[in-house]
Amino acid sequence: MRERIWNPIETAPVEEIKALQLARLIHNVYHVYENVPHYRRRMDEAGVKPEDIRTLADLAKLPFTYKQDLRDTYPYGLFAVPMKEVVELHASSGTTGKQIVAGYTQRDLDIWGDCAARAIVAAGGSPKSKVHVSYGYGLFTGGMGLHYGAQTLGAVAIPVSSGNTKRQVQILQDFKSDILCCTPSYATYIGETLREMGVKPDEIKLSAGIFGAEPWTEDSRRNIEALLGIKAYDIYGLTEIIGPGVAYECSEQTGMHICEDHFLPEIIDPDTGEVLPEGTPGELVFTCITKEAFPLLRYRTRDIATLSREKCSCGRTLIKMTKPRGRTDDMLIIRGVNVFPSQIETVLFQTSQTSPHYLITVDRVNNTDTLDIQVEMTDDFQFDAVRLVEQKQREIEAALQSTLGLSPKVRLVSPKTIQRSEGKAKRVIDKRQLY
Amino acid sequence: MTIKQLSVFVENKQGRLSEITGILQDTGVDIRALSLADTTDFGILRLIVDKEEAAEAALRGAGFTVSLTPVIAAGIADRPGGLAEAMAVLRDGGISVEYMYAFISRRKEMAYVILRVDDNGRAAELLQKAAFPLLTEAEIAE
Repeated sequence: MRERIWNPIETAPVEEIKALQLARLIHNVYHVYENVPHYRRRMDEAGVKPEDIRTLADLAKLPFTYKQDLRDTYPYGLFAVPMKEVVELHASSGTTGKQIVAGYTQRDLDIWGDCAARAIVAAGGSPKSKVHVSYGYGLFTGGMGLHYGAQTLGAVAIPVSSGNTKRQVQILQDFKSDILCCTPSYATYIGETLREMGVKPDEIKLSAGIFGAEPWTEDSRRNIEALLGIKAYDIYGLTEIIGPGVAYECSEQTGMHICEDHFLPEIIDPDTGEVLPEGTPGELVFTCITKEAFPLLRYRTRDIATLSREKCSCGRTLIKMTKPRGRTDDMLIIRGVNVFPSQIETVLFQTSQTSPHYLITVDRVNNTDTLDIQVEMTDDFQFDAVRLVEQKQREIEAALQSTLGLSPKVRLVSPKTIQRSEGKAKRVIDKRQLY
Repeated sequence: MTIKQLSVFVENKQGRLSEITGILQDTGVDIRALSLADTTDFGILRLIVDKEEAAEAALRGAGFTVSLTPVIAAGIADRPGGLAEAMAVLRDGGISVEYMYAFISRRKEMAYVILRVDDNGRAAELLQKAAFPLLTEAEIAE
C-alpha cells in the first residue's frame, strides 16, 4: 500500500512540478522587483531584468541574498507587501545579537500550514491525529509551524510548548497524543523522563515524532525510537524561508523531500557561487516562489547538503535533500538555538575586566547540549575572594543568557592562557560530532 | 593601617603550587602567612610576604595573574579567647569579614590575624581603640 500523501503535488510528474516552478518563479521575480527597492537595486546592479528569467536555469542570473541583507534592511526592508496585508511576524537570532524578522500574509500562513501538514502526514498523521507540539511557541517558528500544520490537516494541535517535562509526560498519557513535535534533544529528554517516572512506552499512544531545528545523528534517531517506542522523522526549515516544513522526511528516511513547489532549491559552491549539479554536496540556497510578504531570492542558508531526485519508495516525486552535513559559517546550533561566536564576543567586549579572548566548548551530556565558555580576565581584575570571581562569572552568564537565549557555564581563566593562533583563532571546540 | 596581600589565581592543574613557591624561593622572598581558597575550577593563593614588590614582579614575569589587596594584620593574644575578643570588636562595630587567616608570630605570646573586611579604615580604628596592635608593612618586612 502506498503511503498517505497530503497534497497531490507531492507525487506529481517532475515535468509538471517544473512547469509550476517556472510560472511561479517568474511571477515572484516581478513581484519583488516591483515592490522591494533592495531587490530592484541588486538586480539592476547585476544587469538582470525580470523578463530575463525565462527558464529555471535563468535562476542563476539572479543575485544572492545574504543574512547580512536581512540585517541591513531590518526590520521590514525586504517585505514585499504593505503592512496591512501582513498578519504575523516571526524572528530568529542574527550574528551580532540583532535578530531578523519574517512577515507572513494569510496566504503565506496557509502555505506554511500546508507544508507542515505534508510533514505530519508523511510521519503517518491523519485528521484523526493528536499532535503534541513541544517546540517553543513565540517568535521562534517551531511551535506555530507545526501547530498550523496540524490544524490545516484537520488534526488536533496540542500547544504544550517546551519545558516542564513531567507535565509533558502527563499530557502525553492523559491526552493520548499520537505525534510528538520538538527538537531531537528534547525528545530524548522526554523519553528519559518517561523512563524515570516508570511510564512504559506502551502506556503512551505516540506512534511517531517529527524532530528538527538542530542537527542529529542516526544513533540519536534509534535512541529516541527505542525510548519512546515510535518512528522518528526529520524536518527541516528556517525562519528566513518560512519555518519548519521547508523539507520533511517520509517513511524511507533517506533524506527530506523539499516543498519545491514553494521553495526552489539550488546547491552552489560556497566560494564561487557557481551552481553545482544534483548529487554534489554544497551550500543550500532557496528561492521563495509563492510567498507574498517575505519572499527571499536565492537565500544563502549556509547549510551544506546534497540534492537528489532519485525515485523514492514513498511515491513522492519532490526532490530530496540530505540532512545538513555542516555549515559554511561558524554558526552553532545548541539546544535548537542558533549561536554565533561573534555574539559571545560582543557580550565580552561589553563586560568590564574581561578580555575578548574566549574558548567555547560544546558537548552533549545526557542528550542535552552543554555550552561552556572560558573567558580570560584582565590583569587588573581584583579576585582575592572567591565571591568576586563567581560574581563576575554570573554577570557574564546573565548577559550571555539574555543575548543568546540559552544559559552557558562561564569560567574565568588567567590572562594569556587561551591559545592564540596566527590568523583565524580557534574559538570553538564542538565535541558532539553531529555531522 | 593596612598591609598588602598578594593573591595568585591558580588554575586547578598539578604542580602549580610547586611552581609558585619555587619562584618565590628563587626570588629570595620569605612567606609570612598564606591561605588557599579552593573551588572546583580554580584556587586563590593569598600570601603575606616580606618583599611584596619583588614577589609580584617575579610571579607576573612567570605568567601568573596577581592581584594586590590591602588587608589588616592585627596582633592578638596567643591564648584561648584571643581571636574571639578581636571578632567581638568587629561584630560590635558592624564590620563584615570576607575572609581571614591567622599565623603565630616569632614574638612570644603573640599571634596575628589577617583580615579582609568591608571597611578597612573603620575596622583598623575599632581594633586600635580596643588595644589590638596593627602590623605595618615595615614590620612585615623585618
